[in-house]
Amino acid sequence: MHGNGHNGTVRIGFYICHCGHNIASIVDVKAVSEYIKSLSGVVISCEYKYMCSDPGQELIQKDIKEHSLNRIIVASCSPLLHEHTFRTAVEKGGLNPYYFQMVNIREDVSWVHTDMKAATEKAKDLSRAAVQRVFHHKSLETKHVKIHPDVLIVGGGIAGIHAALTLANAGKKVYLIERNPTIGGHMAMFDKTFPTLDCAACILTPKMSQVKNHPNIILWTYSEVAKVDGYVGNYKISIRRKPRYVNEELCVGCMDCIEKCVYKEGKTPDEFNVGLSKRKPIYIPFPQATPQIVVIDRETCIEFKSGRCKKTCVEACDRKAIDFKQKEEIKEIEVGTIILTTGYQTFDASRVPFYGYGKYPNVYTSLEVERLVNASGPTGGELILRDGRHPKTVGIIHCVGSRDKNTNRWCSRTCCMYSLKLAHLLKEHTDAEVYNFYIDIRAAGKSYEEFYDKLLDENVHFIRGRVAEVSDWAVRPSEEGKLIIRAEDTLIGIVRRVPVDMVVLAVGMEPQADSQDVRRMFNISCSTEGFFLERHPKLAPVDTFTDGIFIAGACQGPKDIPDSVAQAGAAAAQALILIDSGEIELEPNTAYVVQNECSGCRTCLTICPFTAISRDEAKQKAFINEALCKGCGTCVAACPSGAIKQNLFEDEMIFSEIDGLLKMESPACC
Amino acid sequence: MPDKPKVAFYWCASCGGCEESVVDLAESILDVVAAVDIVMWPVAMDFKKKDVEAMADGSILVSLVNGAIRTSEQEEMAKLMRKKSKLIIAYGSCAHTGGIPGLANQFEREEVLRYVYEESPSTVNPQKTRPELKVITNGSTVTLPNFFNVVRALDQVIDVDYYLPGCPPTPKLLKQALEVLLSGKLPEKGAVLAPDIALCDECPKKDTKPSDLKFTEFKRPHSIQIDPKVCLLAQSILCMGPATRGGCEGVCISGNMPCTGCFGPTSRIKDQGAKILSALASQVEARDEKGIDETLATIPDPVGTFYRYGLPVSLLRRKNFNSTG
Repeated sequence: MHGNGHNGTVRIGFYICHCGHNIASIVDVKAVSEYIKSLSGVVISCEYKYMCSDPGQELIQKDIKEHSLNRIIVASCSPLLHEHTFRTAVEKGGLNPYYFQMVNIREDVSWVHTDMKAATEKAKDLSRAAVQRVFHHKSLETKHVKIHPDVLIVGGGIAGIHAALTLANAGKKVYLIERNPTIGGHMAMFDKTFPTLDCAACILTPKMSQVKNHPNIILWTYSEVAKVDGYVGNYKISIRRKPRYVNEELCVGCMDCIEKCVYKEGKTPDEFNVGLSKRKPIYIPFPQATPQIVVIDRETCIEFKSGRCKKTCVEACDRKAIDFKQKEEIKEIEVGTIILTTGYQTFDASRVPFYGYGKYPNVYTSLEVERLVNASGPTGGELILRDGRHPKTVGIIHCVGSRDKNTNRWCSRTCCMYSLKLAHLLKEHTDAEVYNFYIDIRAAGKSYEEFYDKLLDENVHFIRGRVAEVSDWAVRPSEEGKLIIRAEDTLIGIVRRVPVDMVVLAVGMEPQADSQDVRRMFNISCSTEGFFLERHPKLAPVDTFTDGIFIAGACQGPKDIPDSVAQAGAAAAQALILIDSGEIELEPNTAYVVQNECSGCRTCLTICPFTAISRDEAKQKAFINEALCKGCGTCVAACPSGAIKQNLFEDEMIFSEIDGLLKMESPACC
Repeated sequence: MPDKPKVAFYWCASCGGCEESVVDLAESILDVVAAVDIVMWPVAMDFKKKDVEAMADGSILVSLVNGAIRTSEQEEMAKLMRKKSKLIIAYGSCAHTGGIPGLANQFEREEVLRYVYEESPSTVNPQKTRPELKVITNGSTVTLPNFFNVVRALDQVIDVDYYLPGCPPTPKLLKQALEVLLSGKLPEKGAVLAPDIALCDECPKKDTKPSDLKFTEFKRPHSIQIDPKVCLLAQSILCMGPATRGGCEGVCISGNMPCTGCFGPTSRIKDQGAKILSALASQVEARDEKGIDETLATIPDPVGTFYRYGLPVSLLRRKNFNSTG
């Protein structure tokens, strides 16, 4: 017998757990224990009420010493629950923990069967398979990798800002990357926030300037992640810094250049005001933009288009900050952990044409209304419709692009509350009659239901029913010149026609358009709808399946500001755990290429989902970075000459296990 | 003068190509003849079964047995050679892994006989006469060996010491093997006397294989103008090289023909066909079932392609494998 490390004799201890009645009520544990005792190599076989209890674990440790056991098998629950417990017990007993094997006779047997006889036989089969498997087990070393203390945060919305400040205040160096010219995200565009009606800018902009001025934060706006290499603790990131054509070191944000631009008026739809106003080719997104640095849009700048501009902006800048020759720059950084806070996009309302967005000028999206009621918005906060009128009646349509099989099935969670907020603001600004067309009001959150009650008191109308269409087809004189909302009022069971001056579409939240690209770049998963997938929906909500990469905010799923901030704090805490522990232990179930067996056929190179395999061009052989390997076994299965092996899952182990299941004696243990 | 070591050759279910490969030693065969006494070689010398039976057990140093085991006669002779020999070498693909005759394991004995004696286009047999194990004609009894239900590799019938792979093995490998055996420095029992690394390692076209190979179809060698400088897989020709033991020095590849897998898998692999399938499948471009089916449909004979030489030793072996009926 090779490789068991114990002078050739395999001495197995087998323990079967009752798990109270969980197992013992369906599996005859005594019979299994007796049967296993008869198998070759088994020295001890016994049953115990709760193997995971301290006495259960001590039993294993005692037996290892007294009977010189060198293989331990516990037949109990799922390895997910107690594999770590028993491995630790085995290690305390003085044996390498990887000589342990677990058999799941609870989830796989007692919980899914009712026939005691058959269940007992199945438990015997599974246990016999483990007995034949452990002959091939080897002593393995747990690997440790060091954690680089710096953190990358991708996305400068409220989640990214909060995570960055949390980490920076804890003394960690943070790189905050934002692809737009300013941080602030969607929150910066909002007027007030529900349910407290705080001014969004008033609570956000102080945090934005803290980010800008924090000595531990390196803020790169107008920048995107270009490449991600490495693994937990040791990520190598390339950041593409797009040219602003303005020297960030020199610009102080005086905006003289904007005023002196040859364009007297803006001609380009202003992104920050969702196209409700126009901006010049040289601009600053909004007054509190952070950093306070102008940017030149080369698509619309005459100098870039024709090369024949008078360049009045350059004359206007006494700091000589404008630089038309600025080039894209690639920055290489090293970090140990990454937090993705890439946010969301709003549902494109033109995908539901029957609501008239884009067709009737007075149909607005909720985000447009946020800008329209905002004091620094396109109309200075005065609610003037696209046709110049002030609305006397407003209809707010909930769930646009949400809770609908034809668009997005999910509830976007925030729309009910922001619709209530907008109803309040619209009423405050215009004293109009406001109608909410809703399916259900979802006001689950601290003080949310109370806010809803408050709106009811403000005489906002609520009509429960899905809106069928918005049209300008008047059938009564009172409907002339109005937009007519047709909806079933399900509470009184009639179809209503409500003529209004303004329609607000409460658009839902969607994954960013490039969320799949980002997912691939960072090697994480998306759920079916395209939001980033957390490791566990309840117990690991900000972890991902890639170690060292965390997610927070609406990139993980629709959520409001308090939830985004809470997640951002949680993600920062998770990163801190890694950073402060200094190193991470890696499960040794990794694959490796046996160098003198690799023919260099390249089959494995591109199939690794974790890009852990590279080719040593000098030796013409494949090489697996074990720190990157997650032990998925894809390469092991694909290697056509068997030159890739995987710890804990070597062929001999698996074939012996199968032989054991099929009641075939495995040649190795006879 | 002390006796020279005795060497025997025997053939079972095989085409005779392995015998040719011994002759392909060319001048070197004279060295072999000088060094050993050949005591059995049906294809070239007139020794009889009874001559071997008369020898003391274990008196032959080494017997090189080629061919798979299909009939009772082959089994009987294989057992006799085993008894009389210190060492048995399974020589060539058929003895090693079952070989081309092993492909018959896709069919029951009855199907094989019915086709050959009744249904094949060139058969004229209106009485549907089949060979009988025992026929009495003119007072004498004529017997024929039994035709087993399955084809087996040599080590599924007798204990085998070493294997020389290939269809047929190359003279170079045979020469090396004989030198090692005569030197007395015996390799570990059960060894395959060829490098334990896949063919790609020594392939002359190795450098031209791209890393990001994605198959949309497989082409057959006759259907395209093959670029002699470029990896055949890169030209969508199904080459078994990545899953096949090296040692042949890429003779087929150098002749612009893909490897068909005759050297069998490396020592780590239980099932050569499953392995190459698993490797190729991971490189199929299509991700949807229809696209995958379309790509795979361009392989006209999957068993004959992936298991050309190894069906009897594969995991696909038949349920009634041990029935000799």
